[in-house]
Amino acid sequence: MANKEIDHVTGVETTGHVWDGDLKELNKPLPRWWVYVLYATIVWAIGYWIVYPAWPTLTGYTHGLFGYSQRAEVARSVAEAKASQATYLKAIAETAPAEIDNNPELMQFVLAGGAAQFGQNCAPCHGKGAQGFKGYPNLNDDDWLWGGSIEAIERSIAFGIRSGHKEAHDSAMPRFGLDGILTDAQISDAAEYVLSLSGEAGDKAAADRGAQTFAEQCAPCHGPEGKGTLDLGAPNLTDGIWLYGGRAGDIEESIRTGRGGVMPDWAGKLDPVTVKMLALYVHALGGGK
Amino acid sequence: MTKMEPALRIEANAAAREAAPGVERIDVEAVASKAARSAYAQRQKIYPKLAHGTFRNVKWLVMAVTLGIYYMLPWIRWDRGPRLPDQAFLLDFANQRLFFGPFEIWAQELYYITGILIVSAFGLFLVTSVAGRMWCGYTCPQTVWTDLMVVVERFWQGDRNARIRLDKEPWTFEKVWKKGATHLTWMLIGALTGGAFVFYFRDAPTLARELVTGEAPAVAYVFFGLFTFTTYLLGGIAREQVCIYMCPWPRIQSAMFDRDSLLISYRPYRGEPRGAHKKGQSWEGRGDCIDCRACVAVCPMGIDIRDGIQLECIQCALCIDACDEIMTKIDKPRGLIGYDSFRNLDAASHHEREPLRILRPRTIAYSGLIALVLAVMLWAWTSRAQVELSVIQDRNPLFVTLSDGGVRNGFTVKILNKWHQAREFRMRIEGLPSAKLTIVGFDHDDPAIEVQTDTLRALKVYVTVPQSARAGLDSEAKPFVFVVTDTANGSAISRETAFRSAAK
Repeated sequence: MANKEIDHVTGVETTGHVWDGDLKELNKPLPRWWVYVLYATIVWAIGYWIVYPAWPTLTGYTHGLFGYSQRAEVARSVAEAKASQATYLKAIAETAPAEIDNNPELMQFVLAGGAAQFGQNCAPCHGKGAQGFKGYPNLNDDDWLWGGSIEAIERSIAFGIRSGHKEAHDSAMPRFGLDGILTDAQISDAAEYVLSLSGEAGDKAAADRGAQTFAEQCAPCHGPEGKGTLDLGAPNLTDGIWLYGGRAGDIEESIRTGRGGVMPDWAGKLDPVTVKMLALYVHALGGGK
Repeated sequence: MTKMEPALRIEANAAAREAAPGVERIDVEAVASKAARSAYAQRQKIYPKLAHGTFRNVKWLVMAVTLGIYYMLPWIRWDRGPRLPDQAFLLDFANQRLFFGPFEIWAQELYYITGILIVSAFGLFLVTSVAGRMWCGYTCPQTVWTDLMVVVERFWQGDRNARIRLDKEPWTFEKVWKKGATHLTWMLIGALTGGAFVFYFRDAPTLARELVTGEAPAVAYVFFGLFTFTTYLLGGIAREQVCIYMCPWPRIQSAMFDRDSLLISYRPYRGEPRGAHKKGQSWEGRGDCIDCRACVAVCPMGIDIRDGIQLECIQCALCIDACDEIMTKIDKPRGLIGYDSFRNLDAASHHEREPLRILRPRTIAYSGLIALVLAVMLWAWTSRAQVELSVIQDRNPLFVTLSDGGVRNGFTVKILNKWHQAREFRMRIEGLPSAKLTIVGFDHDDPAIEVQTDTLRALKVYVTVPQSARAGLDSEAKPFVFVVTDTANGSAISRETAFRSAAK
């Protein structure tokens, strides 16, 4: 610039721009080091484009010389995590369930892994806390339809209940009402009798009438005292725990339709170690036998 | 304050080299004083001259003690038994513990640190209201490290005049090696400082070995580098600019001064009118200040104390030493510059000096607050539990009905052992008649539960109320108590919780 204008107050050159007649801006360029840092970052950015994935193309993107990929990074971390679990998984596969239960270190792994698998696979029906819903048993209590030992639970998980798997628990209660085996009056009386088994006061006369029906139709599976039969999955009718509800109407509905809830077989979907871990986890929820 | 107009000075011979017979007048300007500073001008370098005297000696001592504490503290050992670190001062963030000799603070007890910070803040307020910026002048790390960096500079390049001469010289071999040695020593000090810093956070001997062999965690190198760099930058290069431009304390402290605070002051009633004193000249009608500018030359902040109290002054007391030395030389009483209060500076000119008033509402208030916070902390510390218990109730499901009609609740019970040995505990419940307690992982009733030193042990616990006792559950949430007894000394702690069941 030919005619540099110096501001006389500060002794600094002005930019030559004038506002409002007399306002002038001092020319204070960026510090050199700052400018050089800026240039350095630009150079750095170009290097970055070359070695890392950077630009979209019509069919994909530039992969860069390092061949870096976040997806591959995730896959590697997952593989690493899997590898670090390998010794535990191997030990679980080779150890008898009862022994695992007595091994605090293995059990810690089982409970953490079991909780995660339970959340993914079981919680949709049984609930996050395994508390169950109507038709889906509570797994915290000590009332087991098909057995509460670790082995029994493992079998139920692996093959399911009425799942169609050839080794599944598949015995079913007859549909007494739907199939016309019992009349509505008989069903109602039988329900009253069932209620009386767990000490629920109701229609005494109806219960007495129902006793005959129970002895003929129900006792073969549920037992003469209504205590249930584990091998048949016939529930104990004398406790206060009702899978489908404990009011007279609920019980009548159960007798009428036979219910027959279904649980899938998991053996084909989960590996044996996961099933074992789930069995140990469920067993440890407090009600295991 | 008393900023003398040039006309009032007896300054007849401005060009005089001598301020008094045998006393050189130093060619120095107060480059960092507010009047001399321009927002548009570059910083002018300050060349502090070495002072001699009481306060300089005190400052050497303070420097040795504070730096000694800082550099040595991580290396002091403290035996806490096995399984616990043996470093006396360790901020173990990884394990969420702070160790201070016999004291150790868990993450949830961080309020002790809050207490220490509050006491420190009030302590700072108290000291400032009594004697001004003692913190800034003597113990602030910025002051101490800058002082150390100046020592290094003086060692390699000589005192004030030699340094000025060296800076004016072209880049000769001598200048290169002197400057290079200075900067290298600064960086070395920076490295020691950064090193000492990271040692507070991890076992010092281990980390020292790891740092050398390249096995230390990346964060250790980052902080090592950061502290090396900032010590070099702030102490070696930036110096007084940190105090003048970056630090908030100079702005805050003026709220803590009052008319009775002791501040480093030039006593104008004695010094003015100032001017060079010629041999045989009478002292009548003039002040004791011979305008030798020794006070300006030693000032690390580049100001003139004779301009009065100012934000830039860190009150390091070096000008007192410088002036006292001159006063002795010219056979005048010492103390032309000294610690004095505004009240006495104003009153003294009328010969009405008052005794120092330490007990003032503001000092009493600060002392009271310090005592209060200390008392609260002492109480909290002496009543601090060595064993803690927490009980978390299962929320999903809240309760489980069992096949025999009983009801079961699940709890997570956490026992926290702060003792330096493993302890055994027994657990029981009170307030739930005939309830049964089952601890997962123990196959018999009333087991001895061992909790390792400095550890929290979480236990899964089931409490079952049998059918026969359900009548006792008179509410949906019946309160009861977990009691954990330390078998070693029988002391028991309890936590109240509630037993959940269906509404009757």
